[in-house]
Formats: sequence, structure tokens, C-alpha cells
Amino acid sequence: MDSFTPIPALIGGALIGLASAVLWLGNGRIAGISGIFGHLLPPARTVLWRVVFLAALVLGALAAAWLIPGLGVGGPQGKPAELVSAPASWGVPTPLWLAIAGLLTGFGTRIGNGCTSGHGVCGIARLSLRSFVAVGIFFSVAIITVTVTGVVA
Amino acid sequence: MSAMTRLPYLVTAALSGLLFGVGLYVSQMVDPLKVLRFLDFGAIPRGGWDPSLAFVIVAAIGVMFVAVRIGRTRQKPAFDVAFSEPELKRIDTPLVLGAVLFGIGWGMSGICPGPAISLIAFWPPDLLIYLVALFAGSYAGTLIVPSGGRRRLAVTS
Repeated sequence: MDSFTPIPALIGGALIGLASAVLWLGNGRIAGISGIFGHLLPPARTVLWRVVFLAALVLGALAAAWLIPGLGVGGPQGKPAELVSAPASWGVPTPLWLAIAGLLTGFGTRIGNGCTSGHGVCGIARLSLRSFVAVGIFFSVAIITVTVTGVVA
Repeated sequence: MSAMTRLPYLVTAALSGLLFGVGLYVSQMVDPLKVLRFLDFGAIPRGGWDPSLAFVIVAAIGVMFVAVRIGRTRQKPAFDVAFSEPELKRIDTPLVLGAVLFGIGWGMSGICPGPAISLIAFWPPDLLIYLVALFAGSYAGTLIVPSGGRRRLAVTS
């Protein structure tokens, strides 16, 4: 439990909720990241605001890391950001492991119309039945996947 | 359409993106290992489980829940002619299959799309290959199960 950080989690979560609220009440758009970048590719119709949002997402993380260094990953004093390594027992090179994870995440969120933000935050807040189903499934499957793969060393 | 290229609309998108990025950093959800330590329920009996992610998502849902209720008292958002409500209502095969596949990808890596994009700020090794795969998978999804653009509007609830 030494890694449990309830206060930053609540503050950060509230900021993510506020970001979703701003986009919904301002522009009437769901702040679902997979949808925002998924619709950048053909047949894209509304590209500009999506690019602006995603660039700001990167800048926000970068700015926060500089202003509040050492809180999490990244930043001048934070621990370096790194992705996980493939579990040794699977005999798969890490780049291939991550490529498979990326393909599954990209494909799954596109056909399922949402990810942790679109279904998980916005959909649950809208009391969408589709989102309750999606969230229940992807959390359960992710928990099972972590157990089966042993990716947490 | 033109509303989406006006300055207030784009400033709102930028403000939302900024807040989202700050929130992902402050909550430490940009750290894939921290996300995995929540998903690792096998660690509960060992005492090494990290429940932080649940606090993040509950706080985010709480704020958005209020915003959705405020939105229902209004005819339209501030800077567009209508709320873009998701058209799909039914529980269908793409939803279920998509959630299963995403769950596997998320459990393998500890990365979901928001953190994937915000990690560009820190550019860890192998992020590029993950992002290329993410976009390729997303595009394959669009081709195989069309749900975006004009065709989505043809789907009735």
C-alpha cells in the first residue's frame, strides 16, 4: 500500500472531470481520447479542434511536470517515464509486446466506441448503458490479463 | 460546421486538453506501472495493491456527473449549435468485442489512450512503436466496423 496516493488521485481525477465538463458544456463534445484521435483518420471531417485538444493534452502533462516536479513520472525531478517490459516468461521482445497491446487498444476502442475517458468517465456520468457494459468488460478483462500475463514484476 | 473552427470553440478544446493533461500527470495515471498496480488484483492478499486509479475515476465521474446535469438544463453548449450526443444506444457485438480487446491491450501495457498521448510529453523508449500500433489498430477498426463520419449518422438507436 506504500504506493497508494489518494490525494493526488482525487485532485487529478477532479481535473480530468473538469476537462470533460469544459468540453461538454463548451463544445458539446465527449472528451473521449480514443474517439478524438480515432476521427483524425479518414473519413475525418473535423480535424482542427482534435489536433488542438491533443496538443494541449501533451502540453498540459509537460507543464504540470515542470511546475510540480517529482510528483510522478517525467519532469526534471520526477522518475523517468518508462513503459513496461514484456514478461520474461513469454519470450516476446518488448517492442512486439507493446505493438500488440497498441493494436488491440486502438482496434478495440474504435469498434467499441470508447476507452477509459469516453466510456469510463463521460459515459458513466451520462448513465449510458453501453458505457456501463463496456467499462465492466474492459476493467474485468484488464484485471484478468494482468494476472494471466504476470506483467507486474 | 463553421462553429468548430471559431476561436472560442478551439480555445475551449485547448483548455480542456490542458486540464486533462495536468490531471493525468497529477493523478500519476501517465505512469503505466501505477495503472497496472491497480489492475493487479492478485496483489490484494499480498498487500501490494494500489487503489489510486479508483479514486481518480470516481472523482472524474463525480465532476462530470454534475456537468451533465447542468447540460440538461440547456438547449445547446456554449460554442456549438447542439450537444453531440452519442447516437448508439444498443448493446451490440462491436461494443462487447471492442471492450474485450481493449481490456487485453490495457492489461498488457497499463496504457489507455489518454495516457498514451500525454506520454508524448516524456517520450519514453518504445512509445513510438506503441503509438504507431495504436493508430493502425484504430484505423483498422474504422475500416472493418465503420462507425465514424457520415456512416455513423445512418445508425438509428
